[in-house]
Amino acid sequence: MKALRNYLDKIKPHFQKGGRFEMLHSTFDAFETFLFVPNTVTTKGSHIRDSLDLKRTMSIVIIALMPAMLFGMWNVGYQHALSIDAGWSFFETFWYGFLKVLPLIVVSYGVGLFIEFAFAQPRGHEVNEGFLVSGLLIPLIMPVGVPLWMLAIAVAFAVIIGKEVFGGTGYNVFNPALLARAFLFFAYPSHMSGDKVWIAGLTQGQGVVDGFSGATPLAKAAAYQIEQMPSVYDMFMGFIPGSVGETSTLAILIGAAILIVTGIGSWKIMVSVFGGGLAAGLLFNAFAVNPYMEISAWQHLIMGGFAFGAVFMATDPVSASQTEKGKWIYGFLVGFLALLVRVLNPAYPEGMMLAILLMNAFAPLIDYYVVEANIRRRMNRAKKVANV
Amino acid sequence: MSEVKEKEPLFSAKNLKLLTEPIDSRNPVTVLVLGICSALAVTVKLKPAIVMALSVIVVTAFSNLIISLIRNSIPNRIRIIVQLVVISSLVILVDQILKAYVYDVSKQLSVFVGLIITNCIIMGRLEAFALGNKPWPSFLDGIGNGVGYGLILVIVAFFREFLGSGTIFNYRVIPIDWYIKNGGFYENNGMMILPPMALITVGIIIWIQRSRNRKLIED
Repeated sequence: MKALRNYLDKIKPHFQKGGRFEMLHSTFDAFETFLFVPNTVTTKGSHIRDSLDLKRTMSIVIIALMPAMLFGMWNVGYQHALSIDAGWSFFETFWYGFLKVLPLIVVSYGVGLFIEFAFAQPRGHEVNEGFLVSGLLIPLIMPVGVPLWMLAIAVAFAVIIGKEVFGGTGYNVFNPALLARAFLFFAYPSHMSGDKVWIAGLTQGQGVVDGFSGATPLAKAAAYQIEQMPSVYDMFMGFIPGSVGETSTLAILIGAAILIVTGIGSWKIMVSVFGGGLAAGLLFNAFAVNPYMEISAWQHLIMGGFAFGAVFMATDPVSASQTEKGKWIYGFLVGFLALLVRVLNPAYPEGMMLAILLMNAFAPLIDYYVVEANIRRRMNRAKKVANV
Repeated sequence: MSEVKEKEPLFSAKNLKLLTEPIDSRNPVTVLVLGICSALAVTVKLKPAIVMALSVIVVTAFSNLIISLIRNSIPNRIRIIVQLVVISSLVILVDQILKAYVYDVSKQLSVFVGLIITNCIIMGRLEAFALGNKPWPSFLDGIGNGVGYGLILVIVAFFREFLGSGTIFNYRVIPIDWYIKNGGFYENNGMMILPPMALITVGIIIWIQRSRNRKLIED
């Protein structure tokens, strides 16, 4: 650790003004602040700097994502083994999934960080670390079989159109990771939906067991094959086909616990998203005009990307509502709309992505009205006091 | 007005500017943000986009010319309705010609030829230019704005057709063997066919134009 610090101090002058690598200043800065907490001290006024800066915040989200990612890797192998009826050991299963998921992560980080650095350098900004999390989220919400060049295009689209045109990290209207997924979803629908894409190797169809279907629980429910849906235990633990990181509700809840305990993720949003989903589910149960509407409300919460979206996507501090009351409204509507899209719209089996993106667009409006209502309430109170 | 006595040459610097300015620094689509709807609707393929661009050039040029000719006899209070009569007569003319000579394209453009009437660029140029200028400059201004509009249309349509269908002018550019269904690796970008991507493409053009020409950036 000490040696690294000394080394950084030694090469630092080269990157500062007048140094040999001045043009790479922000690149150096990015690495230095990533490795060590910056020792910047404010010189004017009495500002207190929290040592928990953006890079440390992002690192905690990465740690919270680890359970979902590791389980996702294992599940990729497990689903593949099921499809070819191979009795693999735990290690073989995990290794297969690891090799399938690793390229996705490498491409996502490679393309995204390259663009981030390319934009930060000429603008003279420091490199923002927002992509540290987006870069890991993107592979986790993709089907495992997505071609790498498509992933690269989607990442480029999300970073440039979703983030850089608005001014970089902290200014984006939409969640960049979800934007990457939405882009692929509309640009290459055959690789993002259907029964074949969720399990590695199923599109090639080599050695697949007869009658094996790669359909996700959502697809089965949408086709009214309720009795064929996996058991609640399987869905909760995550032994089901789906995007890489979204299947295991348990792993996601571990991540949620980390986020809540460290205070990084907003528990209000998480709770209200689940609440909104439950409310919509109960509403469907009350009408129940088709078999999909009859499945119990809480079952919706462990299917598809609902839990993953609620914990890691809806809570994105940039694109979510900022006011405390607004967070409740925002979260509730995300959960509610996700189920509306899921159950009532046959074209989209999963509604979480669209619900969150839609509410991202409305988050500033919610904030505006929450603030206005607060101003009006305090104004009335002040008037009352003045009149007495 | 009256002090300008000596005859101006047909293509004086001022008149040329009328022709060239709308192509870049006063482009009706990317700078004035007019005529966006049709730019999104007809740019899936290059051929309809070019036909549309030509139609708009004809209509803007001649409606500018006609309105400018009669500008002193139009009563101010009913000028909009007079302008509309002129524009719609021209659009009907264009529509009939398209139907007679390029029927298939006219089918593809369908309602959007008729909707040239409501294209904000034409009305905007009549109000802003033709009503206060002589016929010849008005005519040039109409052509300039039509070309500026058409240029954006063609650029957008080029990218949408190339990336969305793998063709240019219906001529296959990306080999058919590259596609996944033929054992390759490539797939057309379905998003390019959808209107939102046309809007994003226009946005990218605006971005490039403004980073090249910093004068256009508003505060």
